[in-house]
Amino acid sequence: MTHAPVSNLVTATGLEPAVEPASSSGSTDRKARKNAEKARKKKLAKDSKPKITWNAVRAQRALLFMAVPLLLYQILFKYVPVYGWAIAFQDYKPGRGGIFNQEWVGFENFVDLFTGVNGERFRRVVVNTLGQSLLTLVVGTVGAIALALLLNEVKNLPFKRVLQNITYMPHFLSWVIVASLASVALSLPSSGGFINQALMSLGIVQEPVMFLTEPNHFWGIVAGTSLWKELGWNTILYLAAITAIDPAQYEAAEVDGAGRYRKMWNITLPGIRPTIVVLLIINCGWILTTNFELPYFLGNGLIAERAETIDVFVLRYGYQLGNYSLAVVAGIFKTIVAIILVGAANQAAKRLNQETLV
Amino acid sequence: MSTTPVAKPVAAPVAKPLAKLVTKPLVRRPPRRRPSRRRWTTERVVFTTLNTTFLLALAALMLYPLLNTLAISLNDGMDAVRGGIGIWPRVFSLQNYEVVLNMDTIYQAFFMSVLKTVVVVATNLFFTSMLAYALSRREFIFRRPITMVFVLTMYFDAGLIPNYLLIRDLGMLNTFHAYWVPVIISAFNLIVLRTYMKSIPDEVTESARIDGAGEFRTWWQIVMPLCRPALAVVGLFVAVGSWNAWLDTLLYNSGEQWLSTLQYELQKLLSSSMNAGANSGNLANNAATVGSGGQLTTPIALRSAITMVAAVPILLVYPFLQKHFVSGLMIGSVKG
Repeated sequence: MTHAPVSNLVTATGLEPAVEPASSSGSTDRKARKNAEKARKKKLAKDSKPKITWNAVRAQRALLFMAVPLLLYQILFKYVPVYGWAIAFQDYKPGRGGIFNQEWVGFENFVDLFTGVNGERFRRVVVNTLGQSLLTLVVGTVGAIALALLLNEVKNLPFKRVLQNITYMPHFLSWVIVASLASVALSLPSSGGFINQALMSLGIVQEPVMFLTEPNHFWGIVAGTSLWKELGWNTILYLAAITAIDPAQYEAAEVDGAGRYRKMWNITLPGIRPTIVVLLIINCGWILTTNFELPYFLGNGLIAERAETIDVFVLRYGYQLGNYSLAVVAGIFKTIVAIILVGAANQAAKRLNQETLV
Repeated sequence: MSTTPVAKPVAAPVAKPLAKLVTKPLVRRPPRRRPSRRRWTTERVVFTTLNTTFLLALAALMLYPLLNTLAISLNDGMDAVRGGIGIWPRVFSLQNYEVVLNMDTIYQAFFMSVLKTVVVVATNLFFTSMLAYALSRREFIFRRPITMVFVLTMYFDAGLIPNYLLIRDLGMLNTFHAYWVPVIISAFNLIVLRTYMKSIPDEVTESARIDGAGEFRTWWQIVMPLCRPALAVVGLFVAVGSWNAWLDTLLYNSGEQWLSTLQYELQKLLSSSMNAGANSGNLANNAATVGSGGQLTTPIALRSAITMVAAVPILLVYPFLQKHFVSGLMIGSVKG
């Protein structure tokens, strides 16, 4: 990593420096070279803004041959499925055949999903999705920043590397496995629930807690399990941002008599603020999309009122019970909200003068 | 990664107070180590002790569930039902693994998972890097619009059921193609590879062209070898994603047993024991299961053994790629 001071997002997230293939020359002349390179590229980019002409197309037929089939592929698999949205306006019965043989009902499904008995359930589903996602996001971000700060204080490098590798480990386990581990960990002591064992031997609770049958614990369980899985992984970007902070700042603070905590609070945290902001913004765009597996695996009938999220609703109620129309309406709702959120996040990023997402 | 800034001399006195600038020659002397880094003050001893203890406890918390599962899987099945196994098996036995290896479904699912992962990684790296190469050429006329089409798919999703209908209408339900065809390109990985390729100096590709190499040859023989670190990370991400996926099996291929994957089998086992657990206490975990070879085991031990089989392959690989994670993640996190 280079030592360039963090002044804008590009260096904060290490976009340019990180991808540079390793070169062994000194950091100063590398920087100079890179600046020259950048200037040259900028000029080039301005001069040769690609114009679409037949000559260009002919000259680039090899590149076109590489890209266009894959473009068509992507359109087929990501955009063409939108034809399935037609189901939202139909009374879809799989037995009737394709979507051209269905009965059209206008906005009936939308009314059905947002009002009445279904409406109540769907509102609860949306609240669950938001609640679980936001809790996970907040706990995860705070935890990752804290861990990054603490790891940064470890000066023994082999020890630090081992710690990092151990904390990355759960990220590579599948959600199926994590849910399986969590269901064991949260069960009664008699079936190996070591969380209950620990709580009881510490005297925090007298009776074992029925984690997976008591609805009010569920959001916390989702947040806690996600924290366990992604904590180490989420520190990666923060640690990289911390390494990019100019050490001279710490030296100056020390000369001024700042202690360890002052330096953390007044130099490290402000130094990684751009990274924090950008990651938060990005994650806001995903807020309805995350949290699928845990509620699906761990949410049984007893706790469905707090466990069911939009994706679970779509899969359980829509796909598995054959209510395609309502499921597609819920899916459309999710996609539209996601796009609005990403657009807003993009605007916010622009407002903050950061790199935009789209 | 993660070189602490301590050891390296700082080049420019950027944020130093004026007084420091005046005495610049003094500062330039042999690197002055900062006192607090060297001396073991009381504060430092206390902090280091507390910090190390905390981090070790955290590491233990990360490892414990998996070690516990490993211990149960290596324990005698009937004995495991009594509970109370920590990180060491009480009655050591390899019977659970014998049962797992003798279960045709698991055996088959394991190989299906391996096959699927290998095919997905190979096709995904091939196509994604090919497109990334085209999009990394600055003179390419459709660079911007094509990139846009792909970046938007990171956020736009038609939804579960429309995607299912597409696979159905393409006639790919219950075929192996449903595993790899829909995922030969992911926008995130495309951006990672494209950004990495952009960082390769133009001179490299130019000289290849002067020597008479066409685009395909430049991509395959010049650019690809230079991208090895990025390809390694992307390959790992793709492999992990494919190995850990279960929804594709549930949605597209649950009708054919031979297409089942390890994660899907594990999920079926988990959901049956979850339902049983919610309905009737722990009966499901206590009932003895007879393996095909006549050995006795129990669902909890069996589940632990299958969990280990599903977890270990990935856990053996990722530590070797750790140093590349940073660049892989950072490039992809923002459009770049």
